Amino acid sequence: MQKITRSDLINKAKELFANGTVNRVLGWKAGEFAYDVTPAVFNSIEDMEKNFVFGDFCNANFSKYLIAETGKSAEKVLVFLKPCDTYSFNQLLTEHRFAREKVYAVGIPCEGMLDIGKIKNLAGDGILEIISGENAVTVKTLYDDDKTLNYADIMVERCLSCKSKKHVAYDELIGEEGDVIDSNRFDEVERIEKMTSDERFAFWQSQLSKCIRCNACRDICPACTCEKCVFDNPKSSVNNKAISDSFEEKMFHIIRAFHVAGRCTDCGECSRVCPQGIPLHLLNRKFIKDINSFYGDYQAGEEEGSRAPLINYTFDDLEPGEAVGRGE
Amino acid sequence: MSMNKEFKPNIVAFCCNWCSYAGADLAGSNRLAYPDNVKIIRVPCSCRVNPMFILRAFQRGADGVILCGCHPGDCHYTSGNYFTRRRMALLFSMLEYLGIEKERTRVEWVSAAEGAKFAATMNEFTETVAALGENKRLEDLRCKR
Amino acid sequence: MQRIGVFVCWCGSNIAGTVDVQAVSEALKSEPGVVFSTNYQYMCSQAGQQIIIDAIKEHKLTGIVVCSCSPRMHEATFRKTAQAAGLNPYMVEIANIREQCSWIHKDMAVGTEKAIILGRAAVAKVNLNAPLIPGQTPVTKRALVIGGGIAGIQTALDIAEAGFPVDIVEKKPTIGGKMAQIDKTFPTLDCAACILTPKMVDAAQNENIRILSYSEVEEVKGFVGNFNVKIRKKARFVKEDVCTGCGICTEKCPQKKVPNEFNLGMDNRRAVYIPFAQAVPKVATIDADYCTMLKTGKCGLCAKVCTAGAIDYTQKDEIIEEQYGAIVAATGFNPISMDKFDEFAYNQSKDVITSLEFERLTNAAGPTAGKLLRPSDGKHPHTIVFVQCVGSRCSSCAQKGKEYCSKICCMYTAKHAMLTRDKYPDTDVYVFYIDVRTPGKSFDEFYRRAVEEYGVHYIKGMVGKVSPEGDKLMVQASDLLANKQLHIEADLVVLAAAIEPDKTARSLATMLTASMDTNDFFTEAHPKLRPVESPTAGVFLSGTCQGPKDIPETVSQASAAAAKVIGLLAKDKLTGNPCVAHSDELMCNGCSGCEKVCPYGAITYIDKEFRMPDRTTKLRRVAQVNPAVCQGCGACTVACPSGAMDLNGFESAQIIAEVDAICR
Repeated sequence: MQKITRSDLINKAKELFANGTVNRVLGWKAGEFAYDVTPAVFNSIEDMEKNFVFGDFCNANFSKYLIAETGKSAEKVLVFLKPCDTYSFNQLLTEHRFAREKVYAVGIPCEGMLDIGKIKNLAGDGILEIISGENAVTVKTLYDDDKTLNYADIMVERCLSCKSKKHVAYDELIGEEGDVIDSNRFDEVERIEKMTSDERFAFWQSQLSKCIRCNACRDICPACTCEKCVFDNPKSSVNNKAISDSFEEKMFHIIRAFHVAGRCTDCGECSRVCPQGIPLHLLNRKFIKDINSFYGDYQAGEEEGSRAPLINYTFDDLEPGEAVGRGE
Repeated sequence: MSMNKEFKPNIVAFCCNWCSYAGADLAGSNRLAYPDNVKIIRVPCSCRVNPMFILRAFQRGADGVILCGCHPGDCHYTSGNYFTRRRMALLFSMLEYLGIEKERTRVEWVSAAEGAKFAATMNEFTETVAALGENKRLEDLRCKR
Repeated sequence: MQRIGVFVCWCGSNIAGTVDVQAVSEALKSEPGVVFSTNYQYMCSQAGQQIIIDAIKEHKLTGIVVCSCSPRMHEATFRKTAQAAGLNPYMVEIANIREQCSWIHKDMAVGTEKAIILGRAAVAKVNLNAPLIPGQTPVTKRALVIGGGIAGIQTALDIAEAGFPVDIVEKKPTIGGKMAQIDKTFPTLDCAACILTPKMVDAAQNENIRILSYSEVEEVKGFVGNFNVKIRKKARFVKEDVCTGCGICTEKCPQKKVPNEFNLGMDNRRAVYIPFAQAVPKVATIDADYCTMLKTGKCGLCAKVCTAGAIDYTQKDEIIEEQYGAIVAATGFNPISMDKFDEFAYNQSKDVITSLEFERLTNAAGPTAGKLLRPSDGKHPHTIVFVQCVGSRCSSCAQKGKEYCSKICCMYTAKHAMLTRDKYPDTDVYVFYIDVRTPGKSFDEFYRRAVEEYGVHYIKGMVGKVSPEGDKLMVQASDLLANKQLHIEADLVVLAAAIEPDKTARSLATMLTASMDTNDFFTEAHPKLRPVESPTAGVFLSGTCQGPKDIPETVSQASAAAAKVIGLLAKDKLTGNPCVAHSDELMCNGCSGCEKVCPYGAITYIDKEFRMPDRTTKLRRVAQVNPAVCQGCGACTVACPSGAMDLNGFESAQIIAEVDAICR
C-alpha cells in the first residue's frame, strides 16, 4: 500500500553512507512477527540490507529518538520521517531538544499505517503473514482461510483522521509531497462534548480506569521528553509509580495532557501504544481544539520557533469562566 | 455521609499576594464575613498556581477550588495573570470535558481594594459548590478519613 | 526533621475574642515537627517577640509559625525577631488567623477550628522551608520623575538638593502643569505664578536636574535600583539649545488659528508657540498639526525671522535611554469632560464654563487679561452661578461622573466666589452645593469669609437644569433647606468639574507594573503607612496621580516621595528578595518555556557538560536564573513541565503540603 518501497529507502541510505553524509540510520527493524516492527539504529548498509524493513506497520515516530541519538556521535544520523513525524521534529527543534545539524532528515510519504489490534479482531489469532495489496491486505493465519481486509477497516486511528500529508521539515524528500488535510479529527471530541456531564464522567471513568500506569504513552510521546518526569520525581510530591486508586490515573493523564498542551502535534503515538486501548489522543485533541477556538488556530510543530499558546497571551483573551463549556 | 447533616464544602482559595490576598485582608479588616469553609493559600502571583495544585486539592477532598489574582493589566509582575488566564481556561475546560462540574472551579480577579468583592465572591462560590454537593469525581479515596 | 515552634497571638481581643487561642496552641502541638507551642496577648509587642526569641534558643527551634494577623502586616516583624535569635528569617511562616478568621467569623467554635487548620497549613509549609539568603544588587544613583507639575517639580528639587541627579519628563512643551494655569491659590490668595515660577526656574537652574520637556516615557524595564527607561523626546522642530525664547517666531507665524490649550481653547495661538511667558524651558515649539511648512513644505517664515537659527524642520523624535534607581509618577489630573452633562448646557452655551476656564478668565495672563468677561459677548457678567460636585460624588451616575469627592472644588469655588465679589461687588454670586467640605488649615475660616464678609449666596441643593435663553442662562435649582425651587437668570455658569487622573497614567502604570484603582488613580503600597510608595518597589507616587489633593497636600506628598527616593538612592546596594526562582539543572530540558514567560528577562541558557551514570559526558542546554533580576512571580514554574524550575519560599512541595493540610 505504501507508495515507496524498502529498496527506495535502502538506496537512499546507500548513497548517503557512500558520500559520507551520515554514519548511521534510524529506521525500522523486523521483529518476531511481520507486524512486529521496532525502531533500530543501523550502522552499515549491510546491517540495513539484512534487518531493515519498510511497510504498513512502520508506525514509530523517530523524532523523539533523535534526542538521545544525536548525543551519541559527532556525525549525522539519517532519519526517515513520515509527514506527521516532521511536526514533532520541528516542535523538538523549537524546544532545543536536539541539534539540527546532526540530523539528515529524509521525508517519506505515508499512506497510513495499520493497526494489528484491528486486524486480529477481524482475522483472528495466529497470523502468519500479511500481504499488502492495492486497497486491501490479505491475512494468512494458522487456523483459518486467508482473509481479505480493507485498509479503511484496519488503519490505526490517527491515520483515519490524518491531519497532513505534508512534510514541514526535511533535508530531502522521497516521493511526492502531499497537502495539509481538512481532517475530521475533532469529530470524536465534539461527540464527547455534546454528552451530559454525567455521561462524560462515565465515559472517561470507564476509559481511564483501564490505565495500568505502564507509562507507555509518556515514554513514546515526542512532547514528553523531560529529563525526569514529575511523576518519577520524589521531590515533586506527586510522584507515584503505579496506580492505587481511581484518581491517580486521572491526575496523571490530565497533567500529562496539560504539560504537552500547545506542544502536542497530535501524532497519536500515545493512543497507538496504549496496551489498554485508552483513546488518550482525545485528551490532547480537546486541548488542541480549545486552543484553536479560544486563541486562534495553532498547529504545534508547523513552524519551527513558533510560540506555543500556553507561553503566550493577548490582552483580551477569553476569561476562564467564558471558556468553559464553550464547545457545547 | 448522611443527607440530613448540612453539607459544608471544603474550599481552597489560591490568592496572589499583591491583589487578592490583600483584598481578603481588606474583607477581614472591614469585617465582611464569608464562610469558614474557605481556606486561603498565599502565592506570589496567580501564575504560580500549577494545575497540579488544583487537582491535588480535589484529590485530597476539596469540593471547590478558586483562584484569585490581580485584574488583567494590573498584575504586580506585569503579565502573570495573562498566563493564568490561558492556563486555567484550558484546564477548567478539560475538567469539564472529563465530567467535572464546571462550577467547582473558578478564577476571579480581585484587587487589593475589592474586599467587598472578595467576600461576595467567596459567599457566592461556597453556595454554588454547596449546591453541587460533595466532590466525588476527583477524590482520592485513600486520602479520605 | 524541623523543630518547629508555634506562637499564637491573641491580638488583644481581636483574635482571642472569636478564636480559642489556648485550644489552637494545644492542637498545633501535635502537628509533625512541632516541639513547642504557646500563646500570648500581643506577639508583635516587645514582650511577645522576646517569648519567640527565648523559645528559639531554649528549644533549638529550626522554624517558627506565628498565628497572628496578616503576613502583610507583621511577617517582616517576625522575620526580624527570628533573625535576632539567630534563626534564618525565612524559616518563619504566618498563619493569618485575624483577617482570615477571627475578624470574619463570629462563632468561637468555627473560628477556632479554622484557625487550627490555617495553623496546620503553616506548620506543613515550615516543615519544608529552607534557610534563604538574599542577594544584593547595586543602585543606579539617578531618579526619574514623570510629570513636571508642581508635584514633579517639588520632588525633583528635593532629590536634586540631596545631591542626586534627576530627570523630569514632561509631555507638554513646558513644565508647570495645572498650577501654572491657576490665578490665585486658596486659602492665602497668593498668586500661583508668583510662587510656582521661581520653583520652575530653580528646577531649570539646578545642575542636578535635567528637564526633558515635550517628552514621554516609552518603555520601562528592570527593577528597583536598576530601571532602564526609554524616553521619546518628541520633535519640536526647534533646537532647544539654540532657541533664545525671544518669541519673534511666535509673533510672525502666519498660522493664527490654533486653539490655545493653555487657555483651554478660549483664544488662539500660532502654530509655533511658547505656552506662556514664564515657560521652562523657554523654547518655542512648532505644532506639527498646524504648521504650514511641515504640512505642505511652503512657508518657512519662522526660520527666516529666527536670528538664532534655531528652527529645524527636519528634526526627528529622539529616543533617550537612561538608567534610574527610582521612578516617581507625578502625572497629575485633568477635569473630566463635560460632554455627558447636557443638563448644564456646557456644549450649548459658551457662557457655561468649567472652573479651570474660570481661572483663565480671571488670570491677568489669560485671554481677557484678567477682566472677568463672558466668553460669548465679552460683557461683564452680573449674576454668576457656581455649581459644585459636577461629576463628583456621583454614585448613581457613575457612567458619566466619578464616585469619589474631588476634594479641591469646595475651596476653589469659595475662592472664585470671594474674588469675584471682591473685584466686582455689583455681581450676584450663587454657589450650589451638596455639602461644603473645608477640612484643612485655615480652610473653614476662608469659606466663612466668602459667606459672611463677601455675601456669597451659598445654597444647599443641586442645579437641575441650565437652559440658554437669549443672552441669559436660565438656572433651575432646588434649595433644599428652604425646600423650594429656584429660577435664576444667570449671565455665567461655572461648573466645578470633577477631576480625574491624566489619561496617560494608565499606560504608564502598565509599564511600571504599578497597580491602579478602578478610577485609575495609582494605588499606594499601604493607604496609611506607605502612602507615597507604589506596591512596585522603586516606584513612588507624587501628587494627584494617587488621589485628589490640593496644592499644599501635593507639595507635602511630593517632598515625602522625594525623601523615599533619597533613602533608596543613598544606599549603595539593595538587598534583594531571596524568594526567587531556581532551576534544577539535572532536570532542566532547556526547552525555553520558562524564558518565554519571564516578564523580567531573568532567565538565560547555557550549554553545560554533565557526567552521565555511564561515565560519559553529555552537553546539555540548561536554564539559569539571575536572582537579582527575578522578582519571584513563579510564572516559569508552571511553564516548566519537568518541574525543574521552582520558587524559593513558595516551592511546589510547600504549596502542595499546604493544600494537603487544608484538605485533610
